[in-house]
Amino acid sequence: MTDFLLLAFVFLVAGVIAVPIASRLGLGSVLGYLIAGIVISPLLATLGVDVISIQHFAEFGVVMMLFLVGLELEPKMLWNMRAKLLGLGGLQVGGTTVLVMGVAMMLGQPWTISLAIGLVLALSSTAIVLQTLNEKGLMRSNGGQSSFSVLLFQDIAVIPMLAFVPLLAMPELMDLATDTGHGAGAHGAEAHGGSHASDHGTGDHGASLSLVDGLPGWQAALITIGAIGAVILGGVYLTRPLFRFIAMAGLRELFVAAALMFVIGIALLMTLVGLSPALGTFLAGVVLANSEYRHELESDIDPFRGLLLGLFFITVGAAIDFELLLGNLASILGMTFGLIALKSLVLLALAWVFQLQGADKWLFGLGLAQAGEFGFVLLSFTVANDVIPQNLADQLLLIVALSMLLTPGLFILYEKVIAPRFVKTQERDADEIVEVGEVIIAGHGRFGGIVNRMLRATGYATTVVDYNASHLDMLRSFGFKVFFGDATRPDLIHAAGIEKAKLLIVAIDGKEQINALVHYVRENYPHVPVIARAVDRQHVYDLFAMGCVEIIRETFDSSVRTGRSALERLGMHPFDAELAARKFAEDDRHILKEMALVHDPKIPTSQNTAYIEKSKTLMKEREEQIFGKRDVFDLSTDRGWHPPSEEDLDAILADHEAKAP
Amino acid sequence: MAKIIVYYAHPGQTFSRANRAMARRASDIEGITFVDLYAEYPRHDIDVRKEQVRLLEHDVIVFQFPLYWYSTPSLLKEWQDLVLQHGFAYGHGGDKLAGKALLLAITAGGSDEAYTQEGYQQHTMRTFLTPLEQTAGLCQMRFLPPYVLFGALKADEATELKHHIDGYVELLTRIRDGKFELKDATADELTSASDILSLSKD
Ligand SMILES: Cc1cc2nc3c(=O)[nH]c(=O)nc-3n(C[C@H](O)[C@H](O)[C@H](O)COP(=O)(O)O)c2cc1C
Repeated sequence: MTDFLLLAFVFLVAGVIAVPIASRLGLGSVLGYLIAGIVISPLLATLGVDVISIQHFAEFGVVMMLFLVGLELEPKMLWNMRAKLLGLGGLQVGGTTVLVMGVAMMLGQPWTISLAIGLVLALSSTAIVLQTLNEKGLMRSNGGQSSFSVLLFQDIAVIPMLAFVPLLAMPELMDLATDTGHGAGAHGAEAHGGSHASDHGTGDHGASLSLVDGLPGWQAALITIGAIGAVILGGVYLTRPLFRFIAMAGLRELFVAAALMFVIGIALLMTLVGLSPALGTFLAGVVLANSEYRHELESDIDPFRGLLLGLFFITVGAAIDFELLLGNLASILGMTFGLIALKSLVLLALAWVFQLQGADKWLFGLGLAQAGEFGFVLLSFTVANDVIPQNLADQLLLIVALSMLLTPGLFILYEKVIAPRFVKTQERDADEIVEVGEVIIAGHGRFGGIVNRMLRATGYATTVVDYNASHLDMLRSFGFKVFFGDATRPDLIHAAGIEKAKLLIVAIDGKEQINALVHYVRENYPHVPVIARAVDRQHVYDLFAMGCVEIIRETFDSSVRTGRSALERLGMHPFDAELAARKFAEDDRHILKEMALVHDPKIPTSQNTAYIEKSKTLMKEREEQIFGKRDVFDLSTDRGWHPPSEEDLDAILADHEAKAP
Repeated sequence: MAKIIVYYAHPGQTFSRANRAMARRASDIEGITFVDLYAEYPRHDIDVRKEQVRLLEHDVIVFQFPLYWYSTPSLLKEWQDLVLQHGFAYGHGGDKLAGKALLLAITAGGSDEAYTQEGYQQHTMRTFLTPLEQTAGLCQMRFLPPYVLFGALKADEATELKHHIDGYVELLTRIRDGKFELKDATADELTSASDILSLSKD
């Protein structure tokens, strides 16, 4: 237990200190984590920590990340990407593999090893690149989308690669392996499975489960297809009832649990049938991209993804073998830079073929120039399958890690040197990506629902967030796009796009919740105007003190209208009743404003002397109103339509006579 | 030097070609007060006190509006009914507006030929504007020659409309700077963009 706590503490401290510093210096979080890893690596060594096995665990962050990426990507968009996905991705993997293989053969490696190296190094780092693209808001640019296509293709390509690599096994290494217990149960399916625990030298692969092991090919294929079908159908038909069921408990943490269960379950299923868990969760994400639970899932999973990826980057930093590096400094650095240059060249050539313009071309060319975490996986797998000898693999591992370490530098190069030259094209792109609802309506009950209908009717895009499953059901039947979740959660309101929203309408129930949401948004997004629902007069003061200007009392208007109807029923002329209603509302608003100015949320009302004084004077005036003395409330003085008096008429005549000749 | 307040009244902004463009330019002129009446009182609940105070602070009052049934749009009429109270604007002790000037900036669908005795409107524009003219008179204000755009619906944006708007801006700027003589309009007098813009060439 203490071991675990100590370890967790070391990792957390490293991350918490290094990342803010790196971000402050404009280096991005990834580099921060990597450096943190390097810094703590001696400490980890003294503690005897198995960094690699932690890394395999942390790779689950990649799985979560792809789930989140899927959530952002509607099936239609994915289908539209198919040409890029296959074309760009296929050519990148193919081209890079062949070139790297050529270089390796020139350096004297046999072709089997060279091909394996090519495959390992062709892959890029989904974790680093997506994290960085998201962080810098480049995900939706053309370059970002192309990069994503390639990464997705690579993640899928890992599966056939894992099937193919054992065929390259070298007989000499084979012999060696049987001595040490290598390779016995090394099977594509397990080695790439969820935990990636297939570390070299452990040889305990037989322990993992598989549904397709030992089945004839067609049965295995059938089960595999069945599993994918289950993910898609489950996503479409099961999540809704499931989440509604969970909503009945009304416990927030249950949603987090359910979301985790969901992702882990899919990853597990994919592993059992020998598919990439990243691919499976990605698919599930795409299926759920249109669902109203999307934001909820997003904000539930995101913290886990962040932490696991952070851990993953730290382990990459910590796993760098400095002894080996310093021993072969020149050759390893040379090969790392060579690899980056070569991958860049392939990418730039592709960018040219696929007509990526300006800054996008460079983003694509530099962003994907590193090797990636799947390279680690593949590498340990090749060693386990006696394709690449251990000492060579150690050097390759170093190259992969170093190239990842250098990636943030390439992004900085892009951001500081290259992108500024293409500012114009970038700006135009930015316009197109605004697709978040302009107006966020928090709460879709009796109050927010009407607001939403009205805004929709006048053609505004709204994003509705509500925590009540039955509201959402009804809305969905009208074809509205709505999201499930508790609007007072910062992460959810963030996911709903508060940063870019033109307006937030707080229409949820309950004083405390309303206050929490308004307070959070006023503090963190002061540029977003807020219209807030107030429960009562006192609540108006609270909201006013928070800097809210548009405050609507939830029942005030209907009460005034009721009063107006009463006046009409009592025989008052409808227009006079209308004027009385207006005057009353205006007067009441005036009192409210006066009182809000002297109200201080920190002092209880009973001790606020200014407040008490003010209310006394105002009360005295209004008392006369209450007791029916009409002149306080005199419509005629302000309201005009008074014919001139006799005196006035005389004055007019006198004036006329004076002017007459 | 004169302090100008422009009251702009147009309930159908979305469809406006002339007035909206005029308003946009006029509201950019420095040192004049521009009031979009329908924006300020979307529910027609005019704040009489506030309006009267505003009037006191200015020398030249401009009504900018499209001609609707030979008259002003309803909110501007309501404004007159409520703000020009006896005892303030006229009647016993009602001389608060005395000496100020009223300028109308009007757009009309009908052509200038139509607004003649022989034309299909059968009367001149000034005849239709008599109520406003006499309103100014009763309030002891000068009534400046109205600035009118005829055929507003057919006016070409690039040429005629632009010309009219340039003239409007020039007129307001001149009044602001004291470079426009504020004298009562003669019998059938109107001002047009060409009149104003030829002034500036002098
Ligand atoms: C309700 C209404 C009444 C109108 N009455 C007249 C009228 O009496 N005489 C006239 O010449 N044009 C009349 N018009 C045409 C308007 O004056 C014309 O649409 C306006 O001046 C165009 O300016 P805008 O582009 O700013 O809207 C009327 C238009 C409307 C909508």
